[in-house]
Amino acid sequence: MSTPFQADEQLDTLGMFCPMPIIMTSKKFKQLKVGKILEVLSDDEGIKQDMPAWCKTTGQEFLGLEEQEDGNKKIFKTFVKKINAT
Amino acid sequence: MTTLPTPNIAPENVLNNLRETKPESVTIVCLSGDMDKAMAAFIIATGAASMGMRVTMFFTFWGLNMLRRKGSTSNVKDWLRRLFGLLNRGGADTLPLSKFHFLGAGTAMMKKVMKQSKMPGIPELMDIAQDLGVRFIACTTTMGLLGITKDTLIDSVDQYAGVATYLSEAKNGSVNLFI
Repeated sequence: MSTPFQADEQLDTLGMFCPMPIIMTSKKFKQLKVGKILEVLSDDEGIKQDMPAWCKTTGQEFLGLEEQEDGNKKIFKTFVKKINAT
Repeated sequence: MTTLPTPNIAPENVLNNLRETKPESVTIVCLSGDMDKAMAAFIIATGAASMGMRVTMFFTFWGLNMLRRKGSTSNVKDWLRRLFGLLNRGGADTLPLSKFHFLGAGTAMMKKVMKQSKMPGIPELMDIAQDLGVRFIACTTTMGLLGITKDTLIDSVDQYAGVATYLSEAKNGSVNLFI
């Protein structure tokens, strides 16, 4: 399956629980340029709700989510675009 | 007795800068010195800070143990407070679980499980919180009552204050928690 979004950078948060994926995303976003797309990899199901919520609060654009089966584990790929400079 | 280095920026200025840059605010009162409750408090604090909110944590009573240096006792000459300080040791990584502590065995097991699942412990969460700009306020009433002196607290305390400081911050906030 091809990735619907072309990410400029990738962030691996596999094996980490809340709040680490969100904290790492927010740190990564500080270095990211406006207009760039970040792909966040996570195996914490909470990310499905948390990433859109984070985007809504911080004014960033949530592009979409992709689920992948990896053995008996699910991997979630979220795509976030930086549209807000702060 | 060593003295803490005095910050070169006035707290009011820092607070005003924060007000401008982080308009939404979260205030958390940390009363409990239990590890599980402290985890909840720091997860909410770090989460809120990474969502761009201004976060203030007010540590009072048992919660103040998190801001104390490891194994620190009390420094006052009063023997009652000294004894209390011996019984109530400080340190963020020595907090017990509120349930299943089992004289330390349960808490040690929980820490092991957390490490296995790459979950940060209380000292790590505190570092992350500091890094994200979460402000720590130490309750001076508790310090006086339990004989805890400034030099036995960690360096990352931003302010030593009382209820008025906490309330003036909390009244502007949309999220206010008591843990």
